[in-house]
Amino acid sequence: MTGGWPRWEVFLRARRGLSHGHVGSVHAADGETALQAARDLFTRRQEGISIWVVPSGQVVASDPADQDSLFEPADDKGFRFPTSFELPSEVDQM
Amino acid sequence: MNGTSGLLAHVLRQGDRALVLAQRLGEWVAHAPELEEDMAVANLSLDLLGQARHLYSYAGELEGQGHEEDYFAYWRSADQFGNPLLVEQPNGDFAHTMVRQLLHDHAALLYWESMTVSTDSRLAALAVRASNETRFHLRHSHGWVVRLGDGTEESHRRTQNALTALWPYAEELVTCPDDDELRETGQVGPPFADAWRTAVAETLAEATLIIPDGAVPITGGWSGTHTEHLVPLLDELQSVARAHPGASW
Repeated sequence: MTGGWPRWEVFLRARRGLSHGHVGSVHAADGETALQAARDLFTRRQEGISIWVVPSGQVVASDPADQDSLFEPADDKGFRFPTSFELPSEVDQM
Repeated sequence: MNGTSGLLAHVLRQGDRALVLAQRLGEWVAHAPELEEDMAVANLSLDLLGQARHLYSYAGELEGQGHEEDYFAYWRSADQFGNPLLVEQPNGDFAHTMVRQLLHDHAALLYWESMTVSTDSRLAALAVRASNETRFHLRHSHGWVVRLGDGTEESHRRTQNALTALWPYAEELVTCPDDDELRETGQVGPPFADAWRTAVAETLAEATLIIPDGAVPITGGWSGTHTEHLVPLLDELQSVARAHPGASW
C-alpha cells in the first residue's frame, strides 16, 4: 500500500560543522511521524546527528527541460575556475 | 516461575516481558498500514529483543547452571514465563497494538529509569541504554494513541475499544511481586506505580480517551499464570529451536 500518506523529503546532518544533505524520502501522516520514520530508516548506523523533514510539495524544483538554459552557460566561462588563470612565476606554488 | 526467586526471578520476568512483546510486535512485519510503520514496529521489536537477550544472558550467569540466552527463550514452558499479561495479548487492530504499547512503554520507561540507580552494575548499565530506547518507543506510541484517540470518529472509537479491552491488564505492569525485597538491597530502583498512573492518565486525557470505571485488574503473569494467548505465541516462537535442537545458522 503506497500513496496513502503524503511524502516528506529527509535531510541529515552527519556531523557537527557539516550541512544537512538530502538522503531520501518517507511517507508519513505528519511531521512528527515523518521524523520518527526518518530516524528509523536513515540513522540505523549512526549516519546522523540531526534530521530535517520537509513536505515534498514544498520543494520548488528546477525543470529538467530548463537544464540547458540554467546550467550550460557555465561551460564557456573559464574565468569562473581558478585553473584558467596563469600564476605569476613569483608565486611558485599555491 | 515456581522455585525461582530473588534477583534471578526479577531478571527473567523482565526478559520475558521484553521477549513476548517483541514477538507480538514482530507479527506486524509485512502487515503494518504503511511501509514506514512496518519498519517502525520492527525496530521496536528488535530493541526489545536486544533487551531480552541481555537479560537472559545475565540470568544464565545468575543461575550458574551453564544456560545461555537461547535456553530461556526456547526451552521453557508457558508457566515458566513471568511476563505481565498485557504483553501477551493479541495485536488486534493497529489502535489495539498502540494502546498496549503505550501502557507498556510508560511502565517500561519508568522501570528502566529507576534501574539506572540499581546497586547491580550490570542492570544499571543496561538501564541506561534501555531508557534511551524506551524513550523513543514511548514517543512513538504516545504520538499514535493521541493521533488516533483525538482523530476521526472511527479512530477514536477503535482506540477507546482497545483501551477498554486492555485496561484490566494494565495495573499488573507496575505491581511486580518480590520487587520490594530487592529494593531493600537497592538492586531494584524505587517504586514508580504512582508516576505511571499519572503519566498514563495524562496521555489518555490528551487522546480524549476515558479510563474504564471499576475495571477489576487481571493479574498473574509475573507469577506464571497466563491467559490462553501465551501458549500459541510460544509454540510459534519456539517451534524451530525445538524441531532442530542445537542447530545453528
